[in-house]
Amino acid sequence: MSRNNPQGEVWVFVEQEDGALADVTLELCGKARELADKLGVKVGAVLLGYNVASLANTLYAYGADKVYVVNDKNLARFTSAPYAYVINEMINKYEPQIVLYGASPIGRDVAPRIASMTRSGLTADCTDLQISDVVDPKTKETRKNLLLQIRPAFGGNIVATIINPEQWPQMATVREGVFPKKDADEKRVGEVVSEKVEIPAELLVVEVIERFVEEKKVDLKGARIVVAGGGGVGSKENFKMIFDLANALGGAVGASRAAVDGGYVDRDYQVGQTGTTVRPALYIAIGISGAVQHRVGMQESAKIIAINNDPTAPIFSIAHYSIVGDLNEIVPMLIKAAKERVVEE
Amino acid sequence: MSSYRSIVLVKQVPDTSNITGSAMKEDGTVNRAALPTIFNPEDLSALEAALEVKDRFGGTVTVVSMGPPKAADVLRDCLYRGADRAILVTDRRAGGSDTLATSYILSQAVKTVGEFDFVFCGRQAIDGDTAQTGPQCAEKLGVPQVAYLTEIIDVKDGFATIRRALGNGWEVVRAKLPILATVVEEANEPRPQAAIRVMRNKHKRVPLEVKEGETLRDEDRLEQWSLDDIGADLSRCGLAGSPTKVFNVQSIVLKKEGSVNVAPTEEGVRGLISELVKDRALG
Repeated sequence: MSRNNPQGEVWVFVEQEDGALADVTLELCGKARELADKLGVKVGAVLLGYNVASLANTLYAYGADKVYVVNDKNLARFTSAPYAYVINEMINKYEPQIVLYGASPIGRDVAPRIASMTRSGLTADCTDLQISDVVDPKTKETRKNLLLQIRPAFGGNIVATIINPEQWPQMATVREGVFPKKDADEKRVGEVVSEKVEIPAELLVVEVIERFVEEKKVDLKGARIVVAGGGGVGSKENFKMIFDLANALGGAVGASRAAVDGGYVDRDYQVGQTGTTVRPALYIAIGISGAVQHRVGMQESAKIIAINNDPTAPIFSIAHYSIVGDLNEIVPMLIKAAKERVVEE
Repeated sequence: MSSYRSIVLVKQVPDTSNITGSAMKEDGTVNRAALPTIFNPEDLSALEAALEVKDRFGGTVTVVSMGPPKAADVLRDCLYRGADRAILVTDRRAGGSDTLATSYILSQAVKTVGEFDFVFCGRQAIDGDTAQTGPQCAEKLGVPQVAYLTEIIDVKDGFATIRRALGNGWEVVRAKLPILATVVEEANEPRPQAAIRVMRNKHKRVPLEVKEGETLRDEDRLEQWSLDDIGADLSRCGLAGSPTKVFNVQSIVLKKEGSVNVAPTEEGVRGLISELVKDRALG
């Protein structure tokens, strides 16, 4: 276990596949840059793989000062135990104070395994990260510059702030899209630190023998208009209406968790804390009550229209346009109006 | 047939899809006692995966849960569906455990059960969605994990061939046993309870479920373990063993600024669309 090192760097676990960097890694580099500037320390990106060192320049451009490269044939494909072992070794050697991971299938696989080794805290699916002094409510002692890990908590309209005061590094996972990708600064330069870590043979017992990767079917993050349906839509058949409106407006389809859990639509469409975070020009929430887990994934949309038959639904509190009424009547009207709209050039 | 020893980790969770206002306490935390409880859905998939290994390749299925005495509900359910043995780890000193402390306690319980070929658990529980406890248990047990299992392709000669989900596809891995696998809901269709097994197991209780004045017959006793029974280091359990601390909990104040009410009529909707077109929100 590493000691708590207040001069420690802010690290980002780099996720790459066949030499392509995951968006969430670049987003986290930008956030790590902010946190590190507040702390007056450097940003380190930890890059594991085989023949991937050329990615360092991109990582500098998005905010990294140092890129720790572990080049090893055994790391060519992600497998959790060897990856976790190597990162834990690096944490012990360099004592970063913060390590951030994408809350992707890979990040959610490897980060907890590392946290189990470091015995430090890990907060999943954070929607914000800040640096702040914290006064211990019992001892009244001030802890300088802790990482506040902010996430909506279980069930209701609450947001919990989690800290890991005792055992560092402070670690968190963040979904893709939660932090915006900053503009790349191609002029930024940095330093490569090459590391060699001997991986114990008993960890090299999971072999990837076949693999199929497909293009993302749903591109919610890039959509200018998102039409999202919730539990109020009522059925899979009825959800077709949401697709029809999205088509009429030239937008993408989104969904709340209730709609996904109800089987109306695939999980790929889910907007919110455990889905995709979107910032479209227009977001139309249909039959979505607006639990906090949903709102954190869409509240920064430029314009929000909410349609719900319950006038007290929380979604109306963040909507720019509110329509109280039966969605089964309103959505067909919207489709009609959208098809007939006149766009002046 | 060979004999593969599977251990399944299951959790009883509040039914978060049924949260109502009365389930929230004034401080914004959840009153778990006011919520109906269910078998965590992906843990049911994990149980099915273990039963499938038993059916196809031979072996035994032991189920372990950690929770209050009431959590014995999910253990009985496991017995009804085909598990051979069920153990509840229940101890007030385990209260307040975060995922790290929970995984420590569960891994101690697994070690107490003994050697295994597979540990199966659900990818995540619906009351937290962290997906952390499985991988943390794997590390503490010193075995590799295969996350997001969707299909057990084959188990042979001490190796398992498993298909697992990636966010954007899948991969097939060949893993030397023992391993821990986290199972996703798409993996299988959990079998229903079998009437004969319900008859045989419905009176089973852990001792802490037995009310004063009632007696528990030996053949109805479900195994109940305390932290002492699993040799747990108390400094790694409960709040003391949990590095994450809740610093504060806030209600979100929703800001309402300049919201426009649109009438739910043809006219209202048409007006809205033309305003959006004018604002360039719509093209």
